[in-house]
Amino acid sequence: MESSALGQAATPEPVIRIRDLVFRRGAKTILDGISLDIHRGTIVAFMGPSGVGKTTILRLISGQLTPDSGTIEVGGEDVARMTAGELQRFRRNIGVLLQDGALFTDLTVFENIATPVREHTDLPEALVRRLVMSKLSAVGLGGIEDRMPHELSGGMARRVAFARAVVLDPSIMLYDEPLTGLDPIAVSTIRTLMRETNDALGLTSLVVTHNVAQMRQLVDYCFIISQGRIAGAGHPDELGASADPAVDQFMNGKVEGPIPFHYQPSGAAWGLLD
Amino acid sequence: MAGGTLKQNAWLGPIVQAGACLLFLFRMLAGLRPRAEQILSILQQTYLIGARSLVIIMICGFFVGMVLSLQAINALEQFGASDQVSLLVGKSLFRELGPVLTALLFAGRAGTSVTAEIGLMKATNQIEAMELMAIDPVQRIALPRFAAGLISVPLLTAMFNALAILGSVVFAIGVMGLDAGIYWSKLQTGVYFGKDFLGGVYKSIVFGGTVSLIAVYFGYSARPTGAGVGTATTNTVVLSSVLILIFDFIMTSYMT
Repeated sequence: MESSALGQAATPEPVIRIRDLVFRRGAKTILDGISLDIHRGTIVAFMGPSGVGKTTILRLISGQLTPDSGTIEVGGEDVARMTAGELQRFRRNIGVLLQDGALFTDLTVFENIATPVREHTDLPEALVRRLVMSKLSAVGLGGIEDRMPHELSGGMARRVAFARAVVLDPSIMLYDEPLTGLDPIAVSTIRTLMRETNDALGLTSLVVTHNVAQMRQLVDYCFIISQGRIAGAGHPDELGASADPAVDQFMNGKVEGPIPFHYQPSGAAWGLLD
Repeated sequence: MAGGTLKQNAWLGPIVQAGACLLFLFRMLAGLRPRAEQILSILQQTYLIGARSLVIIMICGFFVGMVLSLQAINALEQFGASDQVSLLVGKSLFRELGPVLTALLFAGRAGTSVTAEIGLMKATNQIEAMELMAIDPVQRIALPRFAAGLISVPLLTAMFNALAILGSVVFAIGVMGLDAGIYWSKLQTGVYFGKDFLGGVYKSIVFGGTVSLIAVYFGYSARPTGAGVGTATTNTVVLSSVLILIFDFIMTSYMT
């Protein structure tokens, strides 16, 4: 099944083009022949139950994992065929917000945001400071630059991580469960930041989540992953009314359906319980 | 896959680990650059893991010096040779006890903290975040800590030796009433700079490198869970201690 996420500022050539993507862990097939296109300017969500391979897709796109077969083209370049140097250059153009923020615990807020700038540019210190402070105030946290990560609330840490992710003005943003574990105000704040930044800078944003309600108000397009394949694709509102049993079960939170509640163990001993 | 087959053979496990550890060392050294930022980071880590280990090293050194003198005087006075105490203390301290005990204490105090810190960074996705920012975590995290350990252990050994001599002086001269002139002259004439002092310095450099490499490698390769970090920390202390004693024997047998 080939799906396409067309945004408001859609361009003829997709920014990310995935074809026949297969990824296995040992004998288990995690992703089984996924094909999709993602266009510039869109916020796209990968949704599905836990452990279905959503984060694996982000890791394949960022080049942390290599597919068993199929291609992942980002900006026309196949990520799996990039050399180590090319991968480094490619990643400078990507901003990533991981679950819990993943701030460097041995550095202050200022140093956290300044780290990628110092690593990848030769900007003078005065300019680094101005850049970091402008990003900090853009996320509404001016004045906390000297604090350590353990002195921040969960929402503040996530906003600092967001400032760090966008400090080099990437063209693609990857979010892994960006709203998990936050209070409703922090959720709205981060969601607004994601939308405004995406639209203002013309980014392409990929969000991995299993929270349907939060994504309804944020994303332009959504892929539902189930059993290694794309079970459904479209706007979350359309998917909520889908006739596909797996999509209907996930989007509407139903217990009964093709996505099993019980883990399916292998082996004769467990078969005796049936 | 060849690597997988090797890992499955239990008796080859330590060899595979040693190979991976050496590759990790080469990866670190390949990224050594005379950049101000890297030098600053090494100095910062030298303060955190070296200077902060100073108190425990000095206390232990002082008491080791006292107990060495106590044992030496008890043994030597049976032969009427208790004035030789500084010679015995000096030789055993500079050649063996100083480098070995400092490295063992360093492994317990700083090696464990380095492993736990890097392991926790891995468990909280900081290492992954760094890779995704196109920053090499081996250069940014492991190299400064390794270099700091390599610098710190010889310096800490010098402090250990100095405080042990002080402890010995306090006990032998202050408590037991030995002659200060004889004590210092025996130490000066009997302990050789090249064979005794420099031999200890070479050992402390090897021990510092060994403990630091094990600490950063186990931290970096730890499973990203609480139990994984705990196991890695324990392994750091156990393997460091065993290797320090093995390398000590090998180096001593070549030096004498």
